[in-house]
Amino acid sequence: MHKLLIKGGKAVFDDGVRECDILIEGNTIVKIGQDLVDAEADMLDARGLHVFPGLIDMHVHLREPGFEYKEDIASGSAAAVRGGFTQVCCMPNTQPVCDNAAIVGYIVARAKEVGLCKVRPIGAITRGEQGENLAEMGKMKAAGAVAVSDDGRPVSDARMMRLAIEYASDFGLLCLSHCEDRSLVDGGVVNEGLNSTLAGLKGIPRAAEEIMLAREIILAETLGKRVHICHVSTKGGVQLLRDAKARGVQVTAETCPHYFTLTDDVIVTYDANTKVNPPIREAEDVEAIKEGLHDGTLDCIVTDHAPHHRDEKSGEYNLAAFGISGIETSFSLSYTALVRGGILTLSQLAQRMSGAPARILGLEGGTLQEGEVADIMLADLNEKYVIDPKDFASKGKNTPFEGMEVYGRVKYTIVDGTVKFPR
Amino acid sequence: MLGKDLLGLYHTSAEDIVSILDTAVGMKKLLTQNLKKLPHLQGRTVTTLFYENSTRTRCSFELAAKYLGASTVNISASSSSVQKGETLIDTGYTLDAMKNDVIVMRHPMGGAPHILARHVRASVVNGGDGMNEHPTQALLDFYTMREKFGEFKGLKVAILGDIKHSRVAKSNLFGLTKLGAEVSMYAPATLMPQGIERLGAKIASSREEALAGANVVMGLRIQLERMHGGLFPSLSEYNQYYGVNDEHLRLADPDCIVMHPGPVNRGVEFTSDVIDAPNSKITEQVLNGVAVRMALLFLLVKNRQESEKHA
Amino acid sequence: MSERILMDEAAIARMLTRLAHELVEHNKGTEKLCVIGIRRRGEFVAHRIVALVKKLYGVELPCAGIDIGMYRDDLVSGFFVPDASVNELGFSVDGKRVVLCDDVLHTGRSVRAAIEAIFDLGRPACIELLVICDRGGHELPVSPDFVGKNIPTARREWLDLNLREIEGKDSLGIRSENKIG
Repeated sequence: MHKLLIKGGKAVFDDGVRECDILIEGNTIVKIGQDLVDAEADMLDARGLHVFPGLIDMHVHLREPGFEYKEDIASGSAAAVRGGFTQVCCMPNTQPVCDNAAIVGYIVARAKEVGLCKVRPIGAITRGEQGENLAEMGKMKAAGAVAVSDDGRPVSDARMMRLAIEYASDFGLLCLSHCEDRSLVDGGVVNEGLNSTLAGLKGIPRAAEEIMLAREIILAETLGKRVHICHVSTKGGVQLLRDAKARGVQVTAETCPHYFTLTDDVIVTYDANTKVNPPIREAEDVEAIKEGLHDGTLDCIVTDHAPHHRDEKSGEYNLAAFGISGIETSFSLSYTALVRGGILTLSQLAQRMSGAPARILGLEGGTLQEGEVADIMLADLNEKYVIDPKDFASKGKNTPFEGMEVYGRVKYTIVDGTVKFPR
Repeated sequence: MLGKDLLGLYHTSAEDIVSILDTAVGMKKLLTQNLKKLPHLQGRTVTTLFYENSTRTRCSFELAAKYLGASTVNISASSSSVQKGETLIDTGYTLDAMKNDVIVMRHPMGGAPHILARHVRASVVNGGDGMNEHPTQALLDFYTMREKFGEFKGLKVAILGDIKHSRVAKSNLFGLTKLGAEVSMYAPATLMPQGIERLGAKIASSREEALAGANVVMGLRIQLERMHGGLFPSLSEYNQYYGVNDEHLRLADPDCIVMHPGPVNRGVEFTSDVIDAPNSKITEQVLNGVAVRMALLFLLVKNRQESEKHA
Repeated sequence: MSERILMDEAAIARMLTRLAHELVEHNKGTEKLCVIGIRRRGEFVAHRIVALVKKLYGVELPCAGIDIGMYRDDLVSGFFVPDASVNELGFSVDGKRVVLCDDVLHTGRSVRAAIEAIFDLGRPACIELLVICDRGGHELPVSPDFVGKNIPTARREWLDLNLREIEGKDSLGIRSENKIG
């Protein structure tokens, strides 16, 4: 069996960072310790690098099937490993919608064929994401789905959501809720506030997100079931979650790098790469998101990787597509803003980007442990670079971070014991 | 100094605003004498690219361009073609290839002229973009105010109506605060945008408070579709609680002027007494609009010519 | 700067009288004559001439000033907004013998502009040019039909023609910049 010995790196464990060697045999971490020697193993010189559990992104859009001009499983997987991710969970808003076992199966098979990172499909909650009839969750689970969500389209009907949470729980599937009250969004394209007024763009009030977030908390609480909140962007949302968790509601939540690194000041140039849903908010929200990540109210960092064709991002702001191509910038942005910014320790960062998603969805990996799957990422935390979308492996070059200087560069991504990305 | 484009007043300096107004004085003097044949834009092409219906703004720009000797082309693109037809940037490339010198653009979406301007060599003039700005309307308003009061320092301007959806209100606010005037605003809470007070407006708590001592009383058009969208219940209720009649007008400075960007809904924003009062400048604004737009086109082309010389 | 008076009030009066006579003589009478002065000084010259013709011949010629602001040839090159007035003469120039008046003829550009302005108002039978002085330096093929005084000047010399209506007295002087060193 193939062996790989990672020598001299600083490994990021749940309880701290220690210099040690990691020996991998096949797809498993077999030994972690000092001065390991194995004559048969290939050596990976990790001196000067930090060794993380492979990052897990539980919220991406790979666009296949149906929108391969934006991204496909091959390009999305390449982007994922380039970003340090060993597992990604792809949302079902493809065409056709991933609302049945056949499409789930197709995605799983196609990802295996590509053979870079592990792709875990998320099935739709309702058929066609129409919000009317439950999708075949049992069959999708059997085909490989790891959760259900109507991401991109909220389940507007509260009764439908209640039924979904209940039914999904029979199969151990978690509902991931994209919280958005459509009536309050009302055609809005940016955060409602000073900058929406300044730019003359229609605003999306925070209430649009928070009202549905509160609904999901109440449903989870009354039903005694789990629910997961997608891409939290507001201060009020963090507070609702903090209160809910304090009273023991089984709710988990994610946020994205753009919600803790940018304020909506960026929209006033009408650069459609800043258009994302939920919208980039204001400074006080950014602070609250950071605080939520610090105290664990927000369990994990996802990218909501939403690649689009440049034609969908180049015209009128109102007409541009929502979304940011984020999987290749997530680690650097998070490390720079949160660890260097003094919000999180390296261990906590690894938790938010790997451990927590694994725990929430019951996935393998997420920690560096003997006996655990050998999904590992190595990064040079001292390396500084400037984000340039031209370097992206993703087809989507839509990033508001172009030109930003960040720290922490992914050097190797190892999936199942095999190096899938070397820089 | 005024750049290649005029996209809004938020980024236009007080000096540039004043230089446009100063140039417009000469233009108006010629216009009032019916002298409408200047040679400055001869051999230049001014295209009006309107994705929204407008008679007065387009006509005003077209006449201004013609009076300066330009050739004019009018393109009407329906709002629906924004979504389906040629992309904005491709339209820009096409107009540029045809050697347009100035593109006057109106668009239902904020920022569209900014995006166009980045992709064309021609000067872009914002003729109104969504809820964003309508700089030339505000400039003609300033002209009208300055003609009456001589200066802006300490001038009290009350703006009443649908502030939220009004590009006119915003351009006025941006310019007037730079020029030293005080702007107070009053509207139903449903028609007041977020954060406008942080942009320099004083939000009045009543119509009476907004009007008290005002030198300029400016009404904004109430769009019927806002009522259908549920932002207020009826035109008659609007008029009763938010409209201005001649009695309300007595709260303003006795020497005040009444302004409105038009077209006016008689009996809604203002009663006919107010619209037709001797201190109403609503018709005068139209003439000033042509003068101000002539001045703007004149200065844009002048700057362009000078920078071409330097290049 | 130094200034030298070339003509005093009496000399200018004699010159204007001569010009009035020449005008009538050359046109074989006053029929179809009208007088148009280039604003602002030329208009006063025109009125003087008309008053003299009336005094000498008993005929009151139609007379008006003409604004050439809109017709200047440097509007575009200088890119400025002219301070112009509309031209309403109060009489028609169609078929008339127009005597165009100005104070000093230099480059001829004002005269060209005035000719264009006149043609915008109608089609005269002819246009004749009357000036108080011709200082030379013509840049266009313009030559006056009636000249008060030919005073060829250098570039660094200026003629000061004072008029009673503006400066309170009539006089003609010449000013030159002193050479430095």
